[in-house]
Amino acid sequence: MSDPTRMTAAALADALASGDLSSEQVTRAHLDRIEGVDETIGAYLHVSGESALAEARAVDERRAKGEDLHRLAGVPIAVKDVMTTTGIPTTAGSRMLEGWIPPYDATVVGKLKAAGLPILGKTNMDEFAMGSSTERSAFGLTRNPWDLDRIPGGSGGGSSAVVSSWQAPFATGTDTGGSIRQPAALTGSVGVKPTYGAISRYGLIAMASSLDQAGPCARTVLDTALLHEVMAGHDPLDSTSIDAPVPDVVGAARRADVAGMRVGIVKELTGEGFAPQVQARFDEAVQHLVDAGAEVVEVSCPNFVYALGAYYLIMPSEASSNLARFDAMRYGLRVAPEGVDAPSAEQVMAASRDAGFGDEVKRRIILGTYALSSGYYDAYYGSAQKVRRLIADDFATAFEVADVLVSPTAPTTAFRFGEKTDDPMAMYRGDIATIPANLAGIPGMSLPSGLAEDGLPAGFQVLAPAMADDRLYTVGAALEQRLVSAWGGHLLEQVPELATTKGA
Amino acid sequence: MADLSRDDVAHLASLARIDLTDAELDTMVGELGQIISSVEAVQQAPIGAVEPMSHPMPITNVTRPDVVRPSLTPEEALAGAPDSELSRFAVPRILTED
Repeated sequence: MSDPTRMTAAALADALASGDLSSEQVTRAHLDRIEGVDETIGAYLHVSGESALAEARAVDERRAKGEDLHRLAGVPIAVKDVMTTTGIPTTAGSRMLEGWIPPYDATVVGKLKAAGLPILGKTNMDEFAMGSSTERSAFGLTRNPWDLDRIPGGSGGGSSAVVSSWQAPFATGTDTGGSIRQPAALTGSVGVKPTYGAISRYGLIAMASSLDQAGPCARTVLDTALLHEVMAGHDPLDSTSIDAPVPDVVGAARRADVAGMRVGIVKELTGEGFAPQVQARFDEAVQHLVDAGAEVVEVSCPNFVYALGAYYLIMPSEASSNLARFDAMRYGLRVAPEGVDAPSAEQVMAASRDAGFGDEVKRRIILGTYALSSGYYDAYYGSAQKVRRLIADDFATAFEVADVLVSPTAPTTAFRFGEKTDDPMAMYRGDIATIPANLAGIPGMSLPSGLAEDGLPAGFQVLAPAMADDRLYTVGAALEQRLVSAWGGHLLEQVPELATTKGA
Repeated sequence: MADLSRDDVAHLASLARIDLTDAELDTMVGELGQIISSVEAVQQAPIGAVEPMSHPMPITNVTRPDVVRPSLTPEEALAGAPDSELSRFAVPRILTED
């Protein structure tokens, strides 16, 4: 039997169902791997080994009794630290929540538990999901397994790094402007942002409520589909949750047939501004789709040039409102201001928020406060909302001539630590291809398109109309099949081996 | 429009209840100016008669029957509180003695 940490979630599920492996064996193998390499990668903020093993043993016992189990029962998973988990600390990467143990589970976490997936731990992230590099976590950065001097992307760099360094077969993520897709692209893994509202946001620590969307991170398109299916569905606890059947994403991933599909290349998301090697991998991937029988058309979305501006007004506006809840009164950090005798609640709030929030969070809260302030509201927030409509209309027009749209996921491969920390706009521009989907609420996927000249992965993005998430999986799986065949194996098999620091 | 002064940023920080240090203020003034200059581009878009869109999906308010159901116990609700007293959140005073 292969090393369980190198197996896909689908293969693990089969091995568990057939009795070739027990969940305890699989879970223990992943915990050993985490102990051996995570000191180097820094992808986990909390490892919940004992509870994961207890859940694994419980699943094994139920299987031994012949109980009817979920098809993924016993396959371990990692959870982004923005999702609340009873009994496991949840920090959203912030000092503000250091040591907080939530009294309730996010709906997504409840679904994972109900399906019998042992939770290995919580993954590192940019503080409150604000960042594109996972350098902005208050608890230390996460390294890219392809090159330890480079970022793994963000904000879900921890989730993408655990799957690309064999520390979990799959993980959950959240995507507000690309935080699942961009780290997937930079680590050679697969990440999906489903249709807005397709997966409950209840129990997700909110950044920008009209943009945040949970989704799956994995190594293969089929594994993301399997996890998508577990996470999705209507939730009465989330008033923005869509009350409609979940598309058959697993069936779509297994079908993988693009014959006759119309694939639209978004003119504004290719060419200028994209690194030549990233563009080259994209062009080759498009050719694979053509070879598989797809028809390619070029589409124009002229208002996408305003998407970055609209996003960086709407997102901080909503974030400034959402993060007002961190007031040092009911939970989280409370700091007394220095040199003040008997400080007031307001002084304690201000001192606590200065001490608890990192620079990026403060910058976005203040930017949002500005954009929403009297006198500037129409010029900034109001204009951004109108641009949002134009972008949604651009997508609607494009989907009249194309079944899916495609582009490179990120303009470059992973950059070095510190390279963009002093230049916020340079950092923000890395999300240029992913942001439009969040503004319009449509689903998107990133899958690996190959390695650039620097030996680092590039990502291929597929976008579909709202509620047509299954199309992502059909196209993604068809492309993956062709690419894996051309490469002679999965791209992640080329990840450099990590030195084991302890344990296994 | 983007010529934010140090006083402007200090005022915004006080509205946001963030007690910035002098050094943080100095850094923030430059960065915010740069970001605002970039995002101002939204005003150049053809937005004249466009209906604003605040949310990607058409949503309506959701209600549920007003019935008692299980919720957190006082102990669970207070478990993460910075301070508590007599099964309540203990918070700093908000009124002065004057």
